[in-house]
Amino acid sequence: MFKYIKQLTSLVAMVAVLFTFTTESMAAKKSKTLKNTQKKGFVRCGVSQGLPGFSNADAAGNWTGVDVDVCRAVAAAVLGDANKVKFTPLSAKERFTALTSGEIDILSRNTTWTLSRDADIGLTFVGVNFYDGQGFMVRKSSGITSTSQFKDGISACTNIGTTTELNMRDFFNSKGIKYEPVAFEKADEVVAAYDAGRCDTYTTDKSGLAAQRTKMKNPDEHIVLPETISKEPLGPVVRQGDAVWEDIVRWSLNTMIEAEEYGITSANADMMKTSDNPAIKRLVGAEGELGAAFGLDNDWSLRIIKQVGNYGESYKRNIADTGILPDRGPNQLWTKGGILYVPPAR
Amino acid sequence: MNFRLKDIIPQLITVIAVVLIFGFFTYNAQINMENRGIDFGYGFLSQESSFDVQFSLIEYDGSHSYFRAYLVGLLNTILVSVIGIIIATILGVIVGVARLSPNYLINKFAAFYVEFFRNIPLLLQIFFWYFAALRALPLPQDAEAILGVFFLTIKGLYVPAFIWQNFNIFFYSIVAAVIAIIVIRIHAKKVQESQGKQIPVFLISIGLIFILPLLSFLIGGVSLSFEVPILKQLATTSFIYEGGVSLPPELIALTLSLSLYTATFIAECVRAGIQGVGKGQKEAAASIGLTPNQVLKLVIMPQALRIIIPPTTNQYLNLTKNSSLAAAIAYPDLVLVFAGTALMQTGKAIEIVSITMFTYLTLSISISILMNWYNKKIAIQEK
Repeated sequence: MFKYIKQLTSLVAMVAVLFTFTTESMAAKKSKTLKNTQKKGFVRCGVSQGLPGFSNADAAGNWTGVDVDVCRAVAAAVLGDANKVKFTPLSAKERFTALTSGEIDILSRNTTWTLSRDADIGLTFVGVNFYDGQGFMVRKSSGITSTSQFKDGISACTNIGTTTELNMRDFFNSKGIKYEPVAFEKADEVVAAYDAGRCDTYTTDKSGLAAQRTKMKNPDEHIVLPETISKEPLGPVVRQGDAVWEDIVRWSLNTMIEAEEYGITSANADMMKTSDNPAIKRLVGAEGELGAAFGLDNDWSLRIIKQVGNYGESYKRNIADTGILPDRGPNQLWTKGGILYVPPAR
Repeated sequence: MNFRLKDIIPQLITVIAVVLIFGFFTYNAQINMENRGIDFGYGFLSQESSFDVQFSLIEYDGSHSYFRAYLVGLLNTILVSVIGIIIATILGVIVGVARLSPNYLINKFAAFYVEFFRNIPLLLQIFFWYFAALRALPLPQDAEAILGVFFLTIKGLYVPAFIWQNFNIFFYSIVAAVIAIIVIRIHAKKVQESQGKQIPVFLISIGLIFILPLLSFLIGGVSLSFEVPILKQLATTSFIYEGGVSLPPELIALTLSLSLYTATFIAECVRAGIQGVGKGQKEAAASIGLTPNQVLKLVIMPQALRIIIPPTTNQYLNLTKNSSLAAAIAYPDLVLVFAGTALMQTGKAIEIVSITMFTYLTLSISISILMNWYNKKIAIQEK
């Protein structure tokens, strides 16, 4: 019985393909996600429930942050308007299911790229938009200035469903320290509980600590310890099985980083069309046919730069100017001593 | 023949429809999972979990399996449900009876309690008790000892641990006391039925339950000492208590909010049950010379219970299921540990959610069966 249904569906699909063949480009036809996105008129993007600098909604419901900007870049490339994004706030626990079940098409939610996530659960990481590492926050008054001062019985607040939980165990075990893990589902509750004094330390990615610190009753009473106990490359994720969509998201992110490398900003992008440098001309769509590979027009990357800005602008606007992490650290271009290095757009 | 066919066909269609719908969903899920490269299987249960849990009734750490983590969550859920049901029942009966009190103050206070607590969403109450209590409670170093040995702090309630010697003798003495009480009760009932004499069973029971264990201390070699929690400094302003038993504030807040919330509904069940017993019953009982206590115990309550039990069963089920809101305040119940952390670390959404659903179903059905059995036992025995 099911065999027939399957045959019938493929027949219907084939007929549909025949009819749409003339109007759709090859890439768009191959990418169901791209087609659906263009039909709906907005990009469905999964973000955090509020992490300043990465994805955070203001009182009017406008989302800002470097994670948000990745989705906006995709919207600018695919739909021509960076504002055509529907954001879905997700807890750490919900995020992967939301993506694999098709509720969202991009997960841009400070998510650590790990082998098991990439290989096991039907996801594909497309790149890294923030190099992070797990750290600890403590109250200044505790006098603790290093993790070496941690003692048996320390209680640590964190989120469930994160790599943090596993790293924390590895860390305390290797030091032989007995600890009490207090794991909440939502970040806001972690902050509230730590702030109230329930825990001696709050542990998550250092960027997260810096961002959540701004939410505390009195941010100056807390410090982030210098030690980093893990590698946390954070980046956008897509569903496995749609190679074209994966490429679009990857190269939207890469475009922002490469634009910074070549000094193309939202302000000067149009003028760059007449640049002498062919790499720059390719990035602003004045040379080559780069968009065609994804089934997009040639201005896709120009729109990203004009509407969202390059990576440096996004970082400055969301993370540096808000006082979260003024120093870019490893998230500086490779040409300036950081480790941001993307393949060339050509 | 015709008649039977007419009977069978709708049933057959229903069965086929149900099978087809389930088949379609299973098939669909299979295809989708295959397309997305997701494996299906329960093999992960024996893998090392590699995450720790804050509070566990059995020995557990990250080197144990996911199955063990499941047991930890399940036991924590059962713990909070059982404590919650006990407190909610006691409180519910008291408030339910108080609502019928002729005393204006008691009556109105009980009514206010019921209306207040049942009309605020449970999740809000949980947050209130957790965060309000957290902020109101002192830090460990500022905590005043209650009775010299209990410490209620923001990091939990620290109580002394019992350290027993010859605990088994003490345990047997209690068992012996309970058996003796049961024998005396049966005897007392016989005496009352045959001779009309009343034996003060209650007083004898209390005496037995105290005297026998006391004897075990005096001549049985049982001894008991307490391990009182002691303050320990972790850093300049960071302290905890060591020794004794610590109950996490998450457990306390969750039990408190679940009990206070559910007790309001049970109170209404109790009130309805008592009011459902005819006024004549009470008057008749009083007229044959029963004391008000006896009227309540022997005439009103046995009849009221028949009305009270079925809706109260629902409340027990609700409390058990509501305990899954624990995830909001970091109490490591089944949902937080298994359907939360374990699900995230393995990515086995369908497997874990199905196990969790099946577990809650089993828990609920067990409570139902138990309560139905009790309900049958106290139902009118038609002769």
